Amino acid sequence: MRIGVVTFPGSLDEVDAARAVALAGAEPVSLWHGDQDLRDVAAVVLPGGFSYGDYLRCGAIARFAPVMTAVRQAAHDGLPVLGICNGFQILCEAGLLPGALTRNRHLRFRHRDQWLRIETAGTAWTDSYEAGQEIVIPLKSGEGCYVADPDTLAELAASGRIVARYLGENPNGSLDDIAAVCNETGNVVGIMPHPEHAVEMLTGPSTDGLGFFTSVLKHLTGAETTGVPA
Amino acid sequence: MTRVVVDVMLKPEILDPQGQAVADALPRLGVTGVRSVRIGRRIELEFESTPERQQLDELADQLLANPVIEDYAISLPEQAIPEEAA
Repeated sequence: MRIGVVTFPGSLDEVDAARAVALAGAEPVSLWHGDQDLRDVAAVVLPGGFSYGDYLRCGAIARFAPVMTAVRQAAHDGLPVLGICNGFQILCEAGLLPGALTRNRHLRFRHRDQWLRIETAGTAWTDSYEAGQEIVIPLKSGEGCYVADPDTLAELAASGRIVARYLGENPNGSLDDIAAVCNETGNVVGIMPHPEHAVEMLTGPSTDGLGFFTSVLKHLTGAETTGVPA
Repeated sequence: MTRVVVDVMLKPEILDPQGQAVADALPRLGVTGVRSVRIGRRIELEFESTPERQQLDELADQLLANPVIEDYAISLPEQAIPEEAA
C-alpha cells in the first residue's frame, strides 16, 4: 500500500510522517509540492512544519501549490488525506475542512505531550481507535486555536465530525477543545498535535499515534475486500 | 500605475490575542483609557494598469484574507495621476 507524504518548502516533519507510514506497514512515497499527479498513492499525508515560511497566514500559500490541485480533486473522490499541524492549516485554507486555525490565545508557542480523547473512531484515520479512547501524543504549535462560526461548530458536533478533543488544560484556546476534525465523508482529517511523533517509545511519549497510520491501512484494505467505496 | 491597498482585519467576533497583548501593555507606557486594540494587516499592491474590481475581490477573498476569520477592505488611495496634473 503506497501512502504519499507531501513536502512543501518549509515542511519539517515529512521524514517522521514517512517513518510512521513505514512502521504501520505501508510504503511511504515522497511527493513534492510541485508535483501535478499523486503517483497512484492510496492516501496522502500533509505533514507539519512551516510551509512557505508561514508567510501571509499558515497554509495560505501552500494551498495554491500544484500538488494541492490533485489532492483536492482526489479528496473529493474519497482519497484519505491526513493533515497534521501545518497540514491541518493547509486543509482548512484549501476549503477541504471547515473553520480556521488562529494564533494561540496566550500567544505562546506551546510544546508538550498532550492528552486527547478520540471522539469519532469511524474516520479513515481513526478506524483503529475506539470512541472515547484517551491517547497522549506531542503537540507543538503557535497557531493551533481552532475557530469556526457557531453554526459550523454545532453541525460538526451533531454529525460526529469532531474527531478528537484536548483533555486537561486547553493548550491554545481552541473552541470546544477541538484538536481534530474531519470532512463530511470522513476521508479528510486534520489534527493539530502530532501522531507521527508518537510511534516509537525511543523518541515519543507513547506509541498512541501509530493508530492513525494503521487506521488508514485498515480502512483501505477493508474497502478493497468488501468492495464498499471509501 | 495604480496602487491598491487591501486592509485585512480579524472579524469582530474572532479573538485577537495580539491586539489584546498590546492593550495589556499600554498601561505600562502610562497610556490609559484604551478600551480595545485590534491588529490587522495592510497589503499594498501596484498594478501596471487599473485592475477590475472583480479581480481585486477574488484576490482578496482567495489569498490575501481568509474569509472564515477575516474581513477585508479594498481601496485605491491614489488614483493613477495623469502627468499634467503634477
